[in-house]
Amino acid sequence: MKFGIIVFPGSNCDRDMMHALRDDLEQEVVMLWHKDKDLSMFTKDDCIVLPGGFSYGDYLRCGALARFSPMMEQVINFAKHGGKVLGVCNGFQILCESGLLPGVLLQNDHQKFVCKNVCIKSENNRNIIGQNVADKILKIPVAHGEGRYHADAATLEKLNKNNQVIFRYCDEHGEVHLHSNPNGAVNNIAGICNEGRNVFGMMPHPERASSSALHNIDGRLILQAFTN
Amino acid sequence: MQATLEQAVKLGLREDEFEKLKEVLGRTPNFTETAMYSVMWSEHCSYKNSIKWLKTLPRDGDRLLVKAGEENAGLVDIGDGWACVFKIESHNHPSAIEPFQGAATGVGGIHRDIFTMGARPIASLNSLRFGEMDNAKTKHLLKGVVKGIGHYGNCFGVPTVAGEAYFESCYQTNPLVNAMSVGVVRVGQTASATSYGAGNPVFIVGASTGKDGIGGASFASADISENSAEKLPAVQVGDPFEEKKLLEACLEVLQTSAVIGMQDMGAAGITCSTSEMSAKGEHGMIIHLDKVPTRQANMKPWEMLLSESQERMLIVVKKGHEAEIQQIFDKWDIHCVQIGEVTTDKNLKYYMNGELVADVPAESMVLGGGAPVYEREYTTPKYLTEIAKFDINSVAIPADLRDIAYQLVQLPNIASKKWIYEQYDSMVGTGNTHTNAPSDAAVVRVHGTPKALAVTTDCNSRYVYADPYKGTMIAVSEAARNIVCSGGLPVGVTNCLNFGNPYNPEVYYQFVHAIKGMGAACEKFNTPVTGGNVSFYNQSEDGPVYPTPTIGMVGVLESLDQKMTLNFKKAGDLVYVIGTSHNDINCSEYLHHIQGVSLSPAPYFELEEEYKLQQTIQKLIGQKLVNSVHDVSEGGLFACLLESAMTNGLGFSVATDPSIRKDAWLFGEGQSRVVVSINPFIQQLFEAELKNIPHTKIGHVNATGEIHIDDVAWGYISDWKEAYDNALGNLVNS
Repeated sequence: MKFGIIVFPGSNCDRDMMHALRDDLEQEVVMLWHKDKDLSMFTKDDCIVLPGGFSYGDYLRCGALARFSPMMEQVINFAKHGGKVLGVCNGFQILCESGLLPGVLLQNDHQKFVCKNVCIKSENNRNIIGQNVADKILKIPVAHGEGRYHADAATLEKLNKNNQVIFRYCDEHGEVHLHSNPNGAVNNIAGICNEGRNVFGMMPHPERASSSALHNIDGRLILQAFTN
Repeated sequence: MQATLEQAVKLGLREDEFEKLKEVLGRTPNFTETAMYSVMWSEHCSYKNSIKWLKTLPRDGDRLLVKAGEENAGLVDIGDGWACVFKIESHNHPSAIEPFQGAATGVGGIHRDIFTMGARPIASLNSLRFGEMDNAKTKHLLKGVVKGIGHYGNCFGVPTVAGEAYFESCYQTNPLVNAMSVGVVRVGQTASATSYGAGNPVFIVGASTGKDGIGGASFASADISENSAEKLPAVQVGDPFEEKKLLEACLEVLQTSAVIGMQDMGAAGITCSTSEMSAKGEHGMIIHLDKVPTRQANMKPWEMLLSESQERMLIVVKKGHEAEIQQIFDKWDIHCVQIGEVTTDKNLKYYMNGELVADVPAESMVLGGGAPVYEREYTTPKYLTEIAKFDINSVAIPADLRDIAYQLVQLPNIASKKWIYEQYDSMVGTGNTHTNAPSDAAVVRVHGTPKALAVTTDCNSRYVYADPYKGTMIAVSEAARNIVCSGGLPVGVTNCLNFGNPYNPEVYYQFVHAIKGMGAACEKFNTPVTGGNVSFYNQSEDGPVYPTPTIGMVGVLESLDQKMTLNFKKAGDLVYVIGTSHNDINCSEYLHHIQGVSLSPAPYFELEEEYKLQQTIQKLIGQKLVNSVHDVSEGGLFACLLESAMTNGLGFSVATDPSIRKDAWLFGEGQSRVVVSINPFIQQLFEAELKNIPHTKIGHVNATGEIHIDDVAWGYISDWKEAYDNALGNLVNS
């Protein structure tokens, strides 16, 4: 099993993801360049990661330009054939822009960038990504200006009904309420997956919580799920 | 066409400087040349009013790999083949006019200084000063500056790990925005800002050149006035995305052996980079301005030469390696255009469509070369007599000290800066250990090594105003103390010297004595000054700002195991103050902002005592005798204890010292004190290490999460934390 991390111009969590997967989880990692268009070395056992950052400067709209890169065409194809894809923060925004995930990420309700530890809990463990988390409350950092997940009522209902919500923001006791929501995301949604349960997007950064040097390894439970 | 004296003066040159310029060239310069010199000889680029004194600072040390002033930033050996590059710089005047872009480009500029030397920035810090929070303008500036710093740093992808923000009325019109960047590089892989080898091609890379920021350096060298808003074109506009690409491309280019020298374009753009690189390499250049990619048509030669458009670099490449360089910049979709070549003739010749528009000796423009050097006069400021008159007995001790403490921790200078720092990405790079384990200085690990850097910025400018010499020693000492309390060894200093108009002899007195104090303290702590920035003219119609010599300091931890944190760990742990508490409320937040006494001497401080304290703390941490270490600074012992208690919600029970006024014991800011907590089982062992230094057991950490002062309950830590955390945000939104 191996991970491929796509580097877009403006990606800035690509190296963090690499450190987390390679150094902390001791996994094989391949860095991929946005202008390349070859994913033939990746199989369904592998996982493609779209890291956080400001791809293409987030000009126009977060993630709106990255979806047109040559590599993203391949990723869309890879996902459509069942390949596993994880998008974190800007990566989540790109997945929504490219149609691999429903909904959109809007500017935070308080209009400010926010970077802090937040608590999230796994909605259900029927998804790969939640299988190690179980009922544990995870402390994972967020860092975004546009992380307010939004979808229309019909989409929301479908997401909830199909168990496609993978994480919700909660407080340290696991209570989900408005005060535990860092950006105004609808229904406290921190992350979702597609119907096929092979494409995952989340605003919190598990790669920032996977090294014991940083005194928080809650993120490993999320990333490790892909290595099984 | 020859320039006139009137034009020269309008550009910011003095009459005698225009005469000197004629002498240098042996003829009357044309307008373009005059414009170039006006910027290069401005205070911002030439340090003409400060260099005499800057040279008295300690600038040597075993760890220094380049001397101060030799390169864009200081370079310090951190061992095992790694070096640290760091520098602090001001962007005060642009931020006063256009806070968002002013602050953003300040961040961009300082990062370029770091990666132009081949280092990857791993941490940013900032030191901010604003007017009083009850003023609408202050809120506008604060919001804009914080958003600007966040906008640039967050996108560029370097964590903002530490900083400071103070609010005082003297900064009402003229805020201070000082930004610091810290990077790491392998020893031997650094780039130099030099140029040599006749025939070697000169490239401009990065953003196109526009009319923004023209004359920014001259603008920074004048007082702020009502008319300053008219100078809006002097404020640059930043593009962090372009800079992020530029960073990656430049670091990739430096992995090849094709580069002779590289320098970023900040103040005075093409003029400054071409002249400084050429002067250093003792060569000249021919530059074809018509080849420079521009943002707008019909730019005049002087506009291109002076433009401060951001995210640009000048690179001198070994002839024959052009394609190699080009390929890397193509990969990153960055402009890379040859605009000239190196010559043996030491003049810089600038052409526009084949016509020679300027012809000047490189060396004559730069600091250490032909740029003027002045000695300014100074006189003892009159206000110091007023300060000396302060008598502590004129201040009555308030009846309800709990209420005073509650007000104190909500003052914007003391309260949590959460409203500010949560807008910065403090965790990108997965190196900042501060988030989950806070310490007095931010401790940032260096990936690929067991090492970490401890970084901090410090300056209590009220102390410096009260006593420029002692106040600046305190600034250096506090920086060193923060690093030592975090388990680090201080290794070097960068300074950002924010002062008023140097032609005012009282302001210059502050400057001279601040430098003397800085020199004495840096000498003592063996922390040479590796570089920095001078920002004069920080004044408005209301007068000069407090003298603010911000100290940026870097320390080294050989491994993260050496790190010490500031928070209480366990109920039952004993709490000690190491150092002596005095009957001293001088210059404290309490005296100034609660009692309303604005003039008082600097707080108690003795350099030798401070040094001894820091040696002791190093020993205690090294021997693992302490569970937490936090220094006493603004807000005094009470604020210090509260900060140690809040992280884990543990309370403390302490007894005051009856021989000292209770307000002085709680809120006094006498220096050279550190609060530690220890496991009671090792009390004897611990005290045995403190034979030669004053120390007092003041109480213990309690499990109830309450504050007890002399057996009186002051309420729960959680309630104090709520007040402390939200005070600044409430002020911003009120």
